[in-house]
Amino acid sequence: MSGSSVAPPTVGVLDRRFPPVIALVSGSLALAIGGGIFMAATFPDRPPLALPVALLAVSGVLLTVAGVFTARLHDFAGSTFRTVFGWTLLAYVVQAGMIGFAFVHNHARGRPLVVLCLLLVLFAVDVPFLVAFTAARYALPPSATS
Amino acid sequence: MAGSLQGPSGPGRLDAEERPVVQVVPVKGLWIVGALVVLLVVAIVEDWRWALGFFHVAGGGLWTGIDLFVGLVIGPILGRLSIPARAEFSARFMPKMMIIMPTVVLMTLAAGFQLAVNLGNLEPGSVNHDWLVASFFVVGIMAVIALGLLEPANIAVLLEMRKPAPDGAVIARLMQRFVYTAGILGLLQVATLVIMTRVATQ
Repeated sequence: MSGSSVAPPTVGVLDRRFPPVIALVSGSLALAIGGGIFMAATFPDRPPLALPVALLAVSGVLLTVAGVFTARLHDFAGSTFRTVFGWTLLAYVVQAGMIGFAFVHNHARGRPLVVLCLLLVLFAVDVPFLVAFTAARYALPPSATS
Repeated sequence: MAGSLQGPSGPGRLDAEERPVVQVVPVKGLWIVGALVVLLVVAIVEDWRWALGFFHVAGGGLWTGIDLFVGLVIGPILGRLSIPARAEFSARFMPKMMIIMPTVVLMTLAAGFQLAVNLGNLEPGSVNHDWLVASFFVVGIMAVIALGLLEPANIAVLLEMRKPAPDGAVIARLMQRFVYTAGILGLLQVATLVIMTRVATQ
């Protein structure tokens, strides 16, 4: 190439490197589902809450770390992320609500219900997060579209 | 990130005339989903044994059958198609999956949980309790794979195809993920079949 300016190296959409957001949120989802399985397996008895609470806490931490990583990303298709996240969240709030309803209808009460609802909140946020991040990860970032 | 980002170009790029119009979620089908969810809620509230059995058996049969067929028949065929052919198939196939699969899964699980409670199968002393817990684990693994890998790939493919110049290489990579995860889900469904036939005959 002639001239004084040197073109920056091009990076394909497939070659971009991201922090392990997908792994973190998948881990969070697996723990939330694991907690839900434990609660369902001990239903209708009142389950010991130590294990589900521990799973809930670690799942929440993983999701939070993934959220921080995502918020710190530069040159990320944030608008794609937000749009896909919003619509998918709507669908998964219905799904999680239906699962919660099945437990409430069968007389789940008190602290077990609170823990279950929090696990469902994580489930309802994890899945849209995964979908939105995957969509945004393959979308062209602002620097490529401007 | 250093360097500029390369847009879709070269052999992976799909020409406009090769691409059908893509709708991520077929809006016309949402009323069916809404009606099924309302019927499901009514069946649970009223404890309609027949309706719960219908939702669980019909939903579970569809879920298992679709997973097996897609994972073990459609998936391997799809993996051998050219990228434009995969893209065209996906554009017509995946929006339908986006609406069918969450609905049949919701029907199966919600009705199944209610049936298990009503029949006493979740009681610790029930002969079916351990089998049901095993089925929870299988469903849990399937959920993580389907929701963590397969569904995001489906939606990302559809969004990629809505772009003015979709990148065939991106679609190919995401479709590869779809093919593998659908195969694993198909195999896990065999475990579900074993467990459920066992529960039904004890």
